Amino acid sequence: MSSSQIGLVVSVFLASAVEFVEAFTIVLAMGITRGWRAALAGTVLAVVALAAITALAGYTLVDWLPETLLQLIVGTLLLVFGLQWLRKAILRSAGLVPLHDEEETLGEETAAAARAGRETRFGLDWFGFVVSFKGVFLEGLEIVFIVITFGLNADDIPLAAAGALCGGAVVLTAAVALRRPLAHVPENTMKFAVGLLLSTFGTFWAVEGLGVFADGSRSIEWPGGDFALVALLGTWCLFSWLAVRTLRGAGELAT
Amino acid sequence: MRAFGRFWYEFIVGDDWRIAAGVVLVLTLDSVLVAVAEASDTIVALAGAAGIVSVVFAGLFRGREETRPH
Repeated sequence: MSSSQIGLVVSVFLASAVEFVEAFTIVLAMGITRGWRAALAGTVLAVVALAAITALAGYTLVDWLPETLLQLIVGTLLLVFGLQWLRKAILRSAGLVPLHDEEETLGEETAAAARAGRETRFGLDWFGFVVSFKGVFLEGLEIVFIVITFGLNADDIPLAAAGALCGGAVVLTAAVALRRPLAHVPENTMKFAVGLLLSTFGTFWAVEGLGVFADGSRSIEWPGGDFALVALLGTWCLFSWLAVRTLRGAGELAT
Repeated sequence: MRAFGRFWYEFIVGDDWRIAAGVVLVLTLDSVLVAVAEASDTIVALAGAAGIVSVVFAGLFRGREETRPH
């Protein structure tokens, strides 16, 4: 297995697990308050829609774009998207943004569901169906984005999809066994790891793709080839550590 | 259409547009190194990596005032 494929599986697995934890909390709230039939129907429809988007977008992009341009566009998108994850994880670790609390989210979602009126469409509680669908679809869209961008550049969308399914399966198994929100999952640590990996591979591929502007449109060669990924990951880790320390210090001085 | 565009903007760019803009700027300047200056691959790669890390670092510290708890 190549370094790209290892990074691919780890990133997608962790991202999928984190997003499934958040989606599960929403579905759980709807299931408890509005009934499991509507909650599960919304979930199944969202998963089917996400699978269709992955298949369509993934294979269409491969056919449309030449390899170097694909590296540049998809690498840049992956980098910008990954930096969002890394930025939020750094700010949370520095105490500038509150950590995600699944118990609190469950309380808020349950209260909102209890207040909502009851309307039945297609034999389903419409509120429970729509909120479950939106929750799973929007959380899942982030996984799809990572599966497509990472999978395209690593040239292995099926492996990316398998990593995402494994992440989801692990979370769902734990959730069904516990029957409560997965509040003790180290979400920020997992998001930090995903942010670091997406930033590393995004930087690598975006720069490689700049070769589209060179004579003959070829990929830029990193010094050391794939070993440059290790150096990039180390650089992002060091940068993040420095950023958390400095921002935490600045926050303490200000309070 | 506007809502669709806004959704994708928020989805990909997120809360801090400065980081995304900085990354695009660095890659644009790096592409000039490739196309015009015909710099070596090593210089293009190192300049790109250093530039991207720098704009993210700068973006984080410029944005800290907006995210600091009051």
